[in-house]
Amino acid sequence: MAEKVELKTVEGVTKESTQSIIDDVLALYPEKGKKKRAPHLAPNDQLSGKACVNSNKKTVPGVMSARGCAYAGAKGVVWGPIRDMVHISHGPVGCGWYSWGTRRNLVTGQLGVDQFAMQFTSDFQERDVVYGGDKKLEKLIHEAKELFPLAKGFSVLSECPVGLIGDDINAVAKRVAQDLDTPVIPCNCEGFRGVSQSLGHHISNDTIRDYIIETREFEEPIGPYDIALIGEYNIGGDAWSTKPLLEECGFNVKAVWTGDGELEKIAATHQVKLNVIHCYRSMNYMCKVMEEKYGIPWIELNFFGPSKIKTSLRKLAELFDDTIKEKVEAVIAKYDPQMQAIIEEYKPRLDGKKVMLYVGGLRPRHTIGAYEDLGMSCVGSGYEFAHSDDYDRTAPEMPEATVVFDDASEIELEKFAEEMKPDLVGSGIKEKYMFQKMGVPFRQMHSWDYSGPYHGYKGFPIFARDIDMAINSPTWNLVKSPF
Amino acid sequence: MEKSKKMRQIAIYGKGGIGKSTTTQNTVAGLASLGKKVMIVGCDPKADSTRLILHAKAQETVMDKVRELGTVEDLELDDVLKYGYGDVKCVESGGPEPGVGCAGRGVITAINFLEEEGAYTDDLDFVFYDVLGDVVCGGFAMPIRENKAEEIYIVVSGEMMAMYAANNISKGILKYSTSGNVRLAGLICNSRNTDREADLIEALAAKLGTQMIHFVPRDNQVQRAELRRMTVIEYSPEHKQADEYRTLAQKINDNKMFVVPTPLEMDELEELLMEFGIMEVDDEENVGKAENA
Repeated sequence: MAEKVELKTVEGVTKESTQSIIDDVLALYPEKGKKKRAPHLAPNDQLSGKACVNSNKKTVPGVMSARGCAYAGAKGVVWGPIRDMVHISHGPVGCGWYSWGTRRNLVTGQLGVDQFAMQFTSDFQERDVVYGGDKKLEKLIHEAKELFPLAKGFSVLSECPVGLIGDDINAVAKRVAQDLDTPVIPCNCEGFRGVSQSLGHHISNDTIRDYIIETREFEEPIGPYDIALIGEYNIGGDAWSTKPLLEECGFNVKAVWTGDGELEKIAATHQVKLNVIHCYRSMNYMCKVMEEKYGIPWIELNFFGPSKIKTSLRKLAELFDDTIKEKVEAVIAKYDPQMQAIIEEYKPRLDGKKVMLYVGGLRPRHTIGAYEDLGMSCVGSGYEFAHSDDYDRTAPEMPEATVVFDDASEIELEKFAEEMKPDLVGSGIKEKYMFQKMGVPFRQMHSWDYSGPYHGYKGFPIFARDIDMAINSPTWNLVKSPF
Repeated sequence: MEKSKKMRQIAIYGKGGIGKSTTTQNTVAGLASLGKKVMIVGCDPKADSTRLILHAKAQETVMDKVRELGTVEDLELDDVLKYGYGDVKCVESGGPEPGVGCAGRGVITAINFLEEEGAYTDDLDFVFYDVLGDVVCGGFAMPIRENKAEEIYIVVSGEMMAMYAANNISKGILKYSTSGNVRLAGLICNSRNTDREADLIEALAAKLGTQMIHFVPRDNQVQRAELRRMTVIEYSPEHKQADEYRTLAQKINDNKMFVVPTPLEMDELEELLMEFGIMEVDDEENVGKAENA
């Protein structure tokens, strides 16, 4: 965090102007709601390097929040991408169904052989709530093992009712793991726990700590350039860009957590020399555990856009010897001209355009550099479920006095868009239609809008094309609002 | 979560109204007077498991504070952990009034919270869970999940329903003993002065494969102490009833008899009750016939 920060400004945006927009938005709330929301909205203080908003607090009832639940954080984010395990949604069918593949964490392999991106659920009925679902769970795991003998393990992800009726999934997991001689990992991630999906990430990290890490070893001896890539979920194939990039720089990426992930490699990660973390929010817990327990250092990098990639690779090379440093410089020299060509193609059409972001884990700050590479500025950014340390990291990335919003409601986003007049909004499916009805170009920044990858040098040309396509599409000029 | 080896975790079960809370607190006070460090975790929405130790009407519970703060994440251990007689640590899980919400989840939330916040300190000799009368849902079995209470005492009397309850609880222990280390450690007879009560409970204990660890005679001194929100041990340490609880405390401290129970079939239990004259011998002709019919 000690990098020198250059003050960035956006024309016409001052702390006073932003505060006045915030005040106008807050004026729409009743007194109690206003009091609760006020600390979550503020103009950025870029040079402070400190969070300017409160975060990780309970959502105010009645506002339209985009947040998910602890189960979503566990199943959708951390566990779901591990491809060679069977992930069981324990409870009624809906949670499992709606979290099935929607995050676009892509996987390699053959369905049913070495990847199991299917929907497994205990499909609770009335009788399972009344009599308990533990027997059914036990039977289900046995059946799944019989049907898919090559599955490397099972995760049991508790939905809300399990926490109410008190099914002891830990006891079932222990027993079945012994019977089947296969890892069965119980994760007590009932949706109602915590204020957002963030607690689901934390619970899952703790579960990895308690049940997985150090249970396997890599077959081959460990080398000096063995690293793990943490908090890379392979959205739209992101890991298929970042992993080869790191390999080109001379590293052996022994495990990816958890995008296109493999259980046994994750379990042996305690042997690596360094953890490279991309999504800090969802995986910092395990990086800290591995640092404390096994002495593995970790470094937080950013693979969005050529400027940030370059800085990140050099920061990484600093931790290694000249072999790596030379390779990294060669990689940068190889890709820089290609990236420059992309910038030359798209920048003329995007220069001076403004973007507003409202996303999850790392993107509200990490993608800003990529927009800036294309000549754009970020005029507002916020997270659904960040904590203070995320906002600390966001301050230097956002231009001075632009608006920061935590767990924003629909009305807040609408007003900020009206006042800040972004040329593009990057957010999720729940926000998409509101902005499109306003006639504001929009990209889904959770799922890459059925596109991707956006990470690494492979991702930037796709990112640039998508952003250009969204902003410069003639569609919005053809549509006339009836209002 | 790895617990210190020397800490013994004990759960007290039994039919509602049998005197679990009173017996638990008097026994804990007895252990404290023997110099033991004890924590009581009340697992009953009524939250009356610590009042005699704290001299309080009702302790502020974990769930009370959660309701006030909105989330369990904002709760601090100091908010809900109080010290009472003999430096006994007291916590009440709390929960909703009857008829709403989910009391079982309250128990789960409270115990998870205590674990995460480090309430189970190494200096503790005993942790007692005083659990709601009937194990009505999984939440009330939380105290006997893995790495929690491994010793269970059932409070019982010579009344029929109390014995039914004891047998049912034994069935629950049997289920949990197969997946973990939960064991039945004994029956505590809290006397109601029924006929041949001690013999009957001894016989029941034998059938269950356990022991009657102590026969606590009925004595109004207990009620007199309760009026002052005190245990007998503290109210009148010289009284003979205080001796009874100290004896029970000592017996629990020295107990080594931990068994997987052998619960009785209904017929078998009824036979036992008939043998002791608590139940009439079954006569098919009389079933469903009114007294004056």
